[in-house]
Amino acid sequence: MSKDNHLGFHNEVFRRRSRYVLVFAILIVAFFTITVLNINTGSVNMPVSNIFKALFLREGTEREMDIIWHIRLPRIIMTAVLGGALSLSGFLLQTFFENPIAGPYVLGISSGAKMVVALTMIVGLKYAYTLSSYSLIMAAFVGSLLSTGFILLVARRIKNMAALLVAGIMIGYICSAVTDFTVTFASDSDIVNLHNWSLGSFSGMSWSNVQVGIIVVGITTILTMAMSKPIGAFQLGEAYAQSMGVNIKVFRILLILLSSMLSACVTAFAGPISFVGIAVPFIAKGSLGTSKPLVVIPGAFICGAVFCMLCDLIARTAFAPVELSISTVTSIFGAPIVIYMMIRKRSRI
Amino acid sequence: MSENYFEINNLSVGYNKKALIEDICFDIKRGEIVTLIGPNGAGKSTILKSITRQLEIINGNVVLDGGNLKDLSFKELAVKMAVVLTERIKTELMTCYDIVATGRYPYTGRLGILSYEDQEKVEAALAAVHATELGGRDFSAISDGQRQRVLLARAICQEPDAIILDEPTSFLDVKYKLELLSILRGMAKENNITVIMSLHEIDLAQKISDKIVCVKGDRIYRYGKPEEIFDEETIKGLYEIDNGFFDPLYGSIELPRPEGEPKTMVISSSGKGIKTYRMLQKENTPFIAGILYPGDTDYQLARLLATEIIEEKPFCAISESAIEKARTAMKQCERVIYAGADIGTYNKEILDLVEEARKEGKLEEY
Repeated sequence: MSKDNHLGFHNEVFRRRSRYVLVFAILIVAFFTITVLNINTGSVNMPVSNIFKALFLREGTEREMDIIWHIRLPRIIMTAVLGGALSLSGFLLQTFFENPIAGPYVLGISSGAKMVVALTMIVGLKYAYTLSSYSLIMAAFVGSLLSTGFILLVARRIKNMAALLVAGIMIGYICSAVTDFTVTFASDSDIVNLHNWSLGSFSGMSWSNVQVGIIVVGITTILTMAMSKPIGAFQLGEAYAQSMGVNIKVFRILLILLSSMLSACVTAFAGPISFVGIAVPFIAKGSLGTSKPLVVIPGAFICGAVFCMLCDLIARTAFAPVELSISTVTSIFGAPIVIYMMIRKRSRI
Repeated sequence: MSENYFEINNLSVGYNKKALIEDICFDIKRGEIVTLIGPNGAGKSTILKSITRQLEIINGNVVLDGGNLKDLSFKELAVKMAVVLTERIKTELMTCYDIVATGRYPYTGRLGILSYEDQEKVEAALAAVHATELGGRDFSAISDGQRQRVLLARAICQEPDAIILDEPTSFLDVKYKLELLSILRGMAKENNITVIMSLHEIDLAQKISDKIVCVKGDRIYRYGKPEEIFDEETIKGLYEIDNGFFDPLYGSIELPRPEGEPKTMVISSSGKGIKTYRMLQKENTPFIAGILYPGDTDYQLARLLATEIIEEKPFCAISESAIEKARTAMKQCERVIYAGADIGTYNKEILDLVEEARKEGKLEEY
């Protein structure tokens, strides 16, 4: 009998692994398809063969090369990296707060980052000519931590999850109000920049941005992967995790630092982007059929990349030449998913 | 090796640096089952949380396997001690197998990937709690009883020296309760695993435990072997039950005896009167029971429920004085219930009493 059972478990493991492989295969195919589609479409359309030539052989008209290499490609790569980071940040926050509806945007963490970045920009541009990407990321990181710290204070006093979300949304409003206030008193030239950025957009990415983005997000993601074991233990709750040997205090701090760094990086480059952090991890977990961090972390990352690239494509092309803000598109797709999540959760209980 | 696995010395426990219970002292040997009993809110969970390091110890110390609990890292603690908690865990897309597998945490590598050996241990743990068939099911979609077994399997899988369980039997029906406790007993006696738990069911606590800790007020009310703890006075004092009775022999709890002048008499022996006693108790009818030998099953319950017992010394023929007492009692009663009795050479007089009652028209037979 035990042999049969063993075989049963074995089959189950095999079935699961096949599912992981299938989902990752689909995600990778989707990733490349959307990449090509993204390069292809825009105010200038290019045949696919020309794109490949330009990418791999570096051949093509000067105009094509310019559009691909200086405008579209950095933007695409950045969208992928930041989309992945955003989704991962959401996953970490959901684990941390043991709440599937937690995310950097609803908890006001993105708005906190936005506020500090806006202040830094206005003050910084007065004294310095340009601000480096790193200093903007640091500013966003500080803002993220400020908001997170406040949320944690609330979470300590109130154990109710709904109250936590309300607190997050309120923090978001406060930070946005402060941002608007400072923008009002900024000089005209700053406003144009700030306004575009504060609505959220992947446009205007340079290769140096891409470089910084890849380094920061890459390191943070690798660190997150390295923490997948304690994250898995934490999914059973704090007390169980501790009984398995997790040092909860250290773990909590690390988790907050990692998720704040990820969302800070996104906000610094692309401004606040809504719903990706909630909707994408949900889709990733559901399609992979597991919540195992070791699988979900890369899954959510790629899924976030694909989702944001798709949304960015729509933002660029739907009403071209007018470009929509990225949050407009992510909300249209993300918000219904979140509503669906809540309804499904209710009906199951 | 020190014989005591746990040594708890002058321990004070509580929340936010405020002690709720002080001066807790007891030792636990390897393979012992120790049960904490006491009224709701007495602090059983607080004690358990403190000895598992979920709560900071306020004063005193806990020595675990020769080392001070405070000096152990969480990692070191994890291979010594596993827990089953009362808090409900919310899981998402996790099978029972996944839950049990988290018990392997202290033994797996950096990324927590299960080795073949680990997988075998997970399966063995599931089998130990008779939950093999649950392995592939989603943990959030099984019953409370199943959940508790899976969580116990998780603790077993952690291969600890001690398992701490906070009210493991709440929400379980009788069958699962017994099953869970017999699994625990098997583990303690066969694998020498120390079990510390809190229970609400004092009857079960009495039957499974090697030691009992009674928690009440700001001190440990009593500590000792079940034989020493389970007497009527201690249980009454512990739970402050004024209107109920505890039978230490069977560990059963009885509602209070009916008050008033008894107008009913029950004649029975050998357990045949128990149903009648309970019926009268429910009707709130005070009654006299007789003629019983101490040690008879009827006697055991009559002691708690009957207003008066007419008794005879064990294994003696029923004496004239006892019969006389019974006659007087019958006279003042309005009805006499004959619930059946085993009649032998020494107690055939009982049948005479039944006959007399019949003649007086007071007899009811069941």
